[in-house]
Amino acid sequence: MKDYLVLRVIAKLLIAFMLLFALYVQFHGDFGPGGGFQAGVIAAAAIIFYGIIYGLPAARAVVPDRLVETMIALGVLIYAGVGVAGLVLGGNFLDYFVLAHDPVHGQHRGIFWVEVGVLITVAGVMLKIFYLFAGRASHEVER
Amino acid sequence: MESLIIAVLLAMMAVVTVVVAVQRNLFAVVILAGIYSFLMATVLVALDAVDVAMTEAAVGAGISTVLMLSALYLSKGEEMKPLHRPLLPLAVAAATGVALVYGTLDLPAFSDPRAPIHQHVAPRYIHDALRETGVPNVVTAVLASYRGYDTLGETTVVFTAGIGVIALLRRLRRLKPEPEDAR
Repeated sequence: MKDYLVLRVIAKLLIAFMLLFALYVQFHGDFGPGGGFQAGVIAAAAIIFYGIIYGLPAARAVVPDRLVETMIALGVLIYAGVGVAGLVLGGNFLDYFVLAHDPVHGQHRGIFWVEVGVLITVAGVMLKIFYLFAGRASHEVER
Repeated sequence: MESLIIAVLLAMMAVVTVVVAVQRNLFAVVILAGIYSFLMATVLVALDAVDVAMTEAAVGAGISTVLMLSALYLSKGEEMKPLHRPLLPLAVAAATGVALVYGTLDLPAFSDPRAPIHQHVAPRYIHDALRETGVPNVVTAVLASYRGYDTLGETTVVFTAGIGVIALLRRLRRLKPEPEDAR
């Protein structure tokens, strides 16, 4: 779709807002609807959108395969790491109360990192699936 | 008014389902599936389940449509004629549907405050979530804190799905190396 000027210009305008909206959904999830899962999907959608308009190699240049594969594992590790941190600090697995001096602050901290973990894994998996599917037809996409 | 809106949306979803079943053009089916998800998301908004609606719109209507389209790109655009007459599967599906509807007759009425599910832990979540976690959105509090184990499991499921897709599609690619891999 590289020849469609309107799509290219609109995509460039929209992608920044899509990523911003993903961050909003992520960090405003405590107060409004949203959270790591939704934010991860929206962030991945922004990159997929970029890949559809500008071609898969362009998307792979922005978010390389190695980074995507690292993200898939990193998110789960961050999540489980929060649980282990609870263990180390004297609580149960995934106990957030011990993560800070004030139990409510600890909850905030735990929820924040847990949601970050979900975001990273979900975004990574969605991107990887898209890369793999689109990459199998790449000889035609790349023309 | 609200129940009227929901009834209209559900009727539209039923129409979309029938069209999906009849339609042989796979591109149309994928787009209709996206429309179905959007209708479902709207129903969920009408039911005040905004978090679920957002997920449905983003995953069901957004990402899965894109993934289905990219899968469709690798296959033919038309579904083949079924080899058998679909009467037996249709009968099985209809019987299952009737059984499920019959099962719902025993359930407590929708949003009945005395339903067992609203008596167990829900009151504690609603009353104490803000004080205990400091998070005003109860859904986030339940998802990330009270039910942190479940969400960890969910994230692991997503992780496993990603690993599975990598394992499946990578192997196929190795059999038929493509010049694009060299970059």
